[in-house]
Amino acid sequence: MTVARSASPDGGGGRREGAHVPISAPETTTDGPSAAEAVSLTGLEYSFGSTKAVDGVDLSVRTGEVFGLLGPNGAGKTTAIRVITTLLPVPAGVVRVFGYDVARQKMNVRRLLGYVPQQLSADASLTGRENVALFARVFDVSRKERAERVVQALEAVGLTEAADRLAGTYSGGMVRRLELAQALVSAPRLLILDEPTIGLDPIARDGVWEHISQVRAATGMTVLVTTHYMDEADQYCDRLALMHKGRIRAHGTPEELKNRLDERRREAGVDHASPVTLEDVFRDVAGSGLDDQGGGEFRDVRRTRRTASRVG
Amino acid sequence: MSAAPVAPHPESAERLDLLLTAPAARTGWRVVPARVLAMCIVELQKLRHDRTEIYTRAIQPALWLLIYGETFTRIRAIPTGGIPYLDYLAPGIIAQSAMFISIFYGIMIIWERDSGILTKLLVTPTPRAALVTGKAFAAGVKAVIQVVVVVVIAALLGVSLTWNPLKLLGVVAIVVLGSAFFSCLSMSIAGIVLTRDRLMGIGQAITMPLFFGSNALYPVSAMPGWLQVISKFNPLSYEVDALRGLLIGTPAHLGTDYAVLAFAAALGITAASALLARLAR
Repeated sequence: MTVARSASPDGGGGRREGAHVPISAPETTTDGPSAAEAVSLTGLEYSFGSTKAVDGVDLSVRTGEVFGLLGPNGAGKTTAIRVITTLLPVPAGVVRVFGYDVARQKMNVRRLLGYVPQQLSADASLTGRENVALFARVFDVSRKERAERVVQALEAVGLTEAADRLAGTYSGGMVRRLELAQALVSAPRLLILDEPTIGLDPIARDGVWEHISQVRAATGMTVLVTTHYMDEADQYCDRLALMHKGRIRAHGTPEELKNRLDERRREAGVDHASPVTLEDVFRDVAGSGLDDQGGGEFRDVRRTRRTASRVG
Repeated sequence: MSAAPVAPHPESAERLDLLLTAPAARTGWRVVPARVLAMCIVELQKLRHDRTEIYTRAIQPALWLLIYGETFTRIRAIPTGGIPYLDYLAPGIIAQSAMFISIFYGIMIIWERDSGILTKLLVTPTPRAALVTGKAFAAGVKAVIQVVVVVVIAALLGVSLTWNPLKLLGVVAIVVLGSAFFSCLSMSIAGIVLTRDRLMGIGQAITMPLFFGSNALYPVSAMPGWLQVISKFNPLSYEVDALRGLLIGTPAHLGTDYAVLAFAAALGITAASALLARLAR
C-alpha cells in the first residue's frame, strides 16, 4: 500500500515517527524512553484477510496524559485499540502497556486496563450497581471493600441516584457514564475509551467528558481515547495522533498540529481568513481520499449505527 | 496542555479514595471459583429482575407431561419396568427442559458479543477457560431453577418423586454438569458460526436428535440397534439415567453417569474456551 501523501506535516511517514517523538511536554523528555510510557506501539501491523487495518504504526502514550487517536471510520483506530487491550493478537510489531508485553503478559496488562468499547456494553438487564459490582468481582475486589468501591465508582460518574434502576432504563449518556464506573472500579492505570461519545447529544457528550476529566484529575490515570469528533479532541486531549488508512499521518499537541498547518499555508501563500482548526489539519493529512474511501467497512458503519441508535 | 484542567472537586476527590488503589490480584486456583461465582450471581440477579423466561419455559414441559405423558400412560405401549409411564417420563422431561435452556445459551454469548459485554469481560483478568466455566455454571444455575419448576409440575401431576435432600442434591449436581456440557456445546458452535441466526438453526437441528436419541421417552432397550449406539454417546441419556435413579428410584448407573457427565463438561469447557477467541475478533 503506497502512501499518497508521505510528506505529512511533521515530515515523517508513520513508521519513522517513533524515532523522533515530538517535544511537546519538555518535563517528560528527560525520562528514559519507556519509563514515562503508558503505551508504546512499535511497527504494529494487523490485517483482516488482505485488508491491512493497521499498517506499521509507531505510537507512544505518556503516563498521565489524555491521548487522542483520531481518524475516520475504518482508519484502524479500533483495531489498534483491540490489539492494545489483548483482544486481538499481535501479528507483527511490539506492543507494551506500562512495560508489559501485550503479546505475552496478557493478564498483567488487563489488570492495568479500564476499557469502554464502542458499543453500549452495560448489561441492560442488570441495575447500574450490579453492572459495576460484576466488574469489581472479576477484578478481585475483596468482599469487604466491594460495596463501598462500587458506591464510589457510581458517585464519581454521578449515578448515585440511578444506581438501583435497570441499566435498560438509562439514557445514552447515563449508560456511557455507567460504563465509565465499570472501568473505574478496578482503579485502572490506563483508561481506554473507544468512541466514548458516539451518538450522544452535545450536552451528554460534555457530561461524559467532564466526568472523564474529573476522575483523571483525581486519580492521575492515563487516558487513551479514539474519536472522530475533532472539537472534542481539540478541547480535551493533551496530544493527538491522526490515523488514516492504517497509518499515523501526524501527531503532536492540538496546538502544534494547527500551527504547523498554519505555517505551511502561510509559506505557500494561501491566505485563510478563518483560523486553522483540527478539522483542517485532518483534511490536509487525509487528503481527498477521505471522501471516496467511503468511510470504513460495512461492519464498522453498521456497528456505529447500531450504537448510535441505541444511544439515541 | 490544551484541555482546560478540571480542578478536582474537593469532596469528590475525597470520596474517590478507594478508586486510587488497584485491588490485590487473586492468583492460582482461586481465580476460577471466583469467576464462576461472579457469573452465577449475575445470572441470579437477572432472573430476579425478570422471571418471564422461567414461566414461559415451563409451558412446554408441562404440556409434555400433561398431554404426551397422560396419553402414553393409558396406552401402556412403552416398557417401563412396572412403573407408571408418567413417573418414567418425568425425569426425561426434566432433563429435556434443562438441556433446552443450556443449548440456547450460546445465543446469549453471541448477543453479549454483539453488544460489547463479552468484549469487556475478555479484557478483565479472567482467563478464557475461567470465563467459559463461569458461563457454563451460570447456565447450570438457570437450568436448576427451571428444573425446580418442572419438578413441582410433575409432583402436582401425581408423580411420586423422592424428597430425600441428599438425592435432590445429587439431582442438582447432575443438572449442573449436564447443563455445563450442553451450554459449552452451544458456545462452541457459537464460536464457529458466529451469528445468532445460524446458531438458532443449528440449535433447533440438534436438540430433537439429542432428545429422541436418548432414553428420555423410552428405554434404550426399545430402540433399534443403531439408535442404541447413538444413545451410548449421548450425554443426555446419562443425565436421564441418573435423574431417574435419584428421583424415582429405578436402577441406575450413577457412578458411570456422573463420570461421563463430568468428562463431557470438561471436554465442552475445553472446546468452548479454545473457540471463544474467535468471538473476540
